[in-house]
Amino acid sequence: MNLEISALKYLDEIKNENFTVEEFISKTIEHIKKIDGNLHAFLSINEKAIQQAKEIDRKIKSKEKIGKCMGMPLSIKDNICVKDTKTTCASKMLEDFISPYDATVIKNLKSEDAIIIGKTNLDEFAMGLTTEFSAFGPSKNPWNTDYVPGGSSGGSAVSVSALECIASLGSDTGGSVRNPASFCSTVGFKPTYGLISRYGLISYSNSIEQIGPLTRTVEDTAFLLNIIAGQDPMDNTTIDNKGENYLKNLDAGIDGKKIGVISEMTKNVDKEVSSATKNAIVQFEKLGAKIEEISLDMIDYSVASYYTITATEAGSNLARYDNLRYGYDFDLEGYEFNSYISKARKNFGPEVTRRMILGGFVPSAGHAGKYFLKALKVKNKLTAEINEAFTKVDLLISPTVPILPFKFGEKIDDPVALFLIDFNTVTANLTGKPAISVPFEISNGLPIGIQIHANTLQDKLVLQAAHALEKTTNLPGVSI
Amino acid sequence: MVKIGLEIHCQLTKLESKLFCPCKADYRSFEPNTNICPVCIGLPGSLPRLNQKAIEKGTLISLALNCKIPEKISFFRKNYFYPDLPKNYQITQFDAYGHTSIGNNGKITIEGKEIRITRIQLEEDPGRLIYEGTSEKNKITLVDYNRAGTPLVEVVTEPDFENPKQVRVFMNILVDLLENLGVSEPSLEGAVRADGNVSIEGGNKVEIKNVGSFHDLEKAVHFEITRQQSLVERGIPIELETRQWDDRRKITVSARSKEEEQDYRYFLEGDIPWILLDPKYVDQFKQNMPESIASKRDRYIEQFKIPAQVADVLSSDKFYSDLFELAHNEKNAKEVANIITTDLMGFVDTKEKRQQSKLTSKHLSDLANAIINNTITRNSSKSALQEIVKTGKSLNEIITELDLGHVSDEFELSAVIEKVINEESIAVKEIKEKPETVNFLVGKVMKKTKGKADPSLTLELLKKKLKIY
Repeated sequence: MNLEISALKYLDEIKNENFTVEEFISKTIEHIKKIDGNLHAFLSINEKAIQQAKEIDRKIKSKEKIGKCMGMPLSIKDNICVKDTKTTCASKMLEDFISPYDATVIKNLKSEDAIIIGKTNLDEFAMGLTTEFSAFGPSKNPWNTDYVPGGSSGGSAVSVSALECIASLGSDTGGSVRNPASFCSTVGFKPTYGLISRYGLISYSNSIEQIGPLTRTVEDTAFLLNIIAGQDPMDNTTIDNKGENYLKNLDAGIDGKKIGVISEMTKNVDKEVSSATKNAIVQFEKLGAKIEEISLDMIDYSVASYYTITATEAGSNLARYDNLRYGYDFDLEGYEFNSYISKARKNFGPEVTRRMILGGFVPSAGHAGKYFLKALKVKNKLTAEINEAFTKVDLLISPTVPILPFKFGEKIDDPVALFLIDFNTVTANLTGKPAISVPFEISNGLPIGIQIHANTLQDKLVLQAAHALEKTTNLPGVSI
Repeated sequence: MVKIGLEIHCQLTKLESKLFCPCKADYRSFEPNTNICPVCIGLPGSLPRLNQKAIEKGTLISLALNCKIPEKISFFRKNYFYPDLPKNYQITQFDAYGHTSIGNNGKITIEGKEIRITRIQLEEDPGRLIYEGTSEKNKITLVDYNRAGTPLVEVVTEPDFENPKQVRVFMNILVDLLENLGVSEPSLEGAVRADGNVSIEGGNKVEIKNVGSFHDLEKAVHFEITRQQSLVERGIPIELETRQWDDRRKITVSARSKEEEQDYRYFLEGDIPWILLDPKYVDQFKQNMPESIASKRDRYIEQFKIPAQVADVLSSDKFYSDLFELAHNEKNAKEVANIITTDLMGFVDTKEKRQQSKLTSKHLSDLANAIINNTITRNSSKSALQEIVKTGKSLNEIITELDLGHVSDEFELSAVIEKVINEESIAVKEIKEKPETVNFLVGKVMKKTKGKADPSLTLELLKKKLKIY
């Protein structure tokens, strides 16, 4: 039994009775126990996984109705609520928070007989892109454990590439799914804003973030989307996708499609990344696409806009963590309310603290005009610009991350340098467009991903293009 | 010159559920922290989902206060830390960034004076803090989130009031209006709360908060004007500040100066998309608006020739006007109005009594008809009404049980009159000089028959007997 199989392959194997769910889950847990002490993809493991596997095996055996996931083990980023399970956001603030409810995506997956194998590591409250800001220690890149796995959904990407699960759900606020997917050589997808319910995703910057799958193949992403995408009465921002089947016509190809290469996103990139991008363009041309260069003027302001908006929303979204209702042991005796609050909130880590301070400042009465409102203007103009671009081309491509994975500690003390790594990913969030990162090359043992955007609700087109590009590659898995 | 502006918070108690979740809007009957869910206690990951009915109620109120209703409305976050606020921000409405609240630029006329309405906004109520423990040492604060998320409408006025009396009149009119619209029950504890802004010539604006009942608002405003005037007389500047109303001592006390005022960092609530209010939708509302109090009043006077004071009382109280509307017909309208405003109001003068009352509109119309048809005297009708309110039995049953049937039988009545004449010989002697003494005798007869005697027949018979013409 090989753990290195796609979700669709797993379903075939189960259907053909090549192994049982229990066998696969047991082997997965064994594997996690062996390697995760070093990789640290997981913050917690589902103790009932084997029991759940047995129950699904029983259902299969007795020919009862069985859900589409047939017991496949999925990992979930630890900022998505799973009932009766710790959901920590990798923060001391929620160290002991046990969610009393399931996020809508979890509800959907459970009802299709998926097994939540465990909760994965992230930068505290999803703020960061290396997992170095996790209060419980970083995850390591399985391709080279001296290197960061990317983030903030680093644990999810590690768990998929190191075969600790079949697929994972992360969240993407400014690239948090696509960035670690690129660094760990997995597929990572950020859908159109509103395609997937955020109910149960612990908000960081709610107006731009989405839950997204990290998978071994583009097909697997399409498979998961069929289960988790669509309108949800629990989230007023979700949109109707008219019951789209993302697996259908996935291999339609991109013959005749017009692809724009975003010029701002291909400047200032590592030479290995630049060369990979050129190779990808060649592949797209071979697939019959027409390539042109597209320039989006507002992109130069996108990172500044992104950090202003996210800090503002984070300042509000994280205000509830005052340790009154959940949190850690803390003796209230002798504190007046304001001093209590300031003491309680010292338990945030450095990156969250940084953004809280920024978030208190940029939308404040005296400064909103100079910062927050300008950031919103950039967001609107950038959206107008990209909408205009999509009148000329069908898809927009770029490298997912401008640089190769880097070593731990290399950039942690330089917040601005870290912020700039988001340069290629934040545009999809600010404009609400779907974007995917597809593994494309391994350069000296370090993965490089290619990013593909499309217009609002053209999620399927993104997947079709990604699927076509994926088929041109023949990348090795990580050796563990 | 005195300038007073108001901010009135009114719970939409007529809604089934809270503003952003399905928990009950009527939180009053629950044990602490049992009317809650992940949304209204702001659990990590939960999202608000808008109660569309609240938009309808907000539209109604905005129309009734002659506000403009924008085609697009949004919600904002008002950020501040407080233990009763589960998310440490309140979802409310605001006018900024080209987005407005559900109503703005309205007006309402009270006693010939126009009060401008700045805006009407929908927002969520926070939870409740309950202070327990007596000594400084063991003081504890308990938090009950049952109320958190209850739908509120905030009405903000311009500083157009000139004296406390106008404030009272406005509050009475507003409260009646909200009740008449069927959006709120202002008599419920905490359903209507008001803050006032008071400034006098040459002084800064002072905000009065924490006025528990809107009845106290007039007192609080009055106190504040007097306080400010005495400061000015002594040459002390009036500071920009927020003052709390001390309900026990009936004075305002300083809460915080405005320099410490929080910056609420208002920004758009991304979890709730814009709501488009099609002008056609709003027009539909306009056409289906409940009849206004003023229109009811005029109609009662015009159509049924009901006296103005009676019409005033009847139209401004929804409980009474609803009863009236169901009970009356062309013939008995005046009598129904009469029963409600003279007798019924005494029996159901509190909310509890109203709830317990077994009276139906059918009872009322039966009673009015019985009076008109002379089957019961007006006098006995009062006892019958009291019994109906208490038991809910039919009028006929009660007339039989309490023996309230009208005595219009000449023979029966003559016997009673005979008795009275014998007993009241002194009065009978006086009657030659003082003919009005006959009324005293009528009274005695009424008393003996427990009010059942037909007064006009009694008078006629007495006059005949005593030979006074």
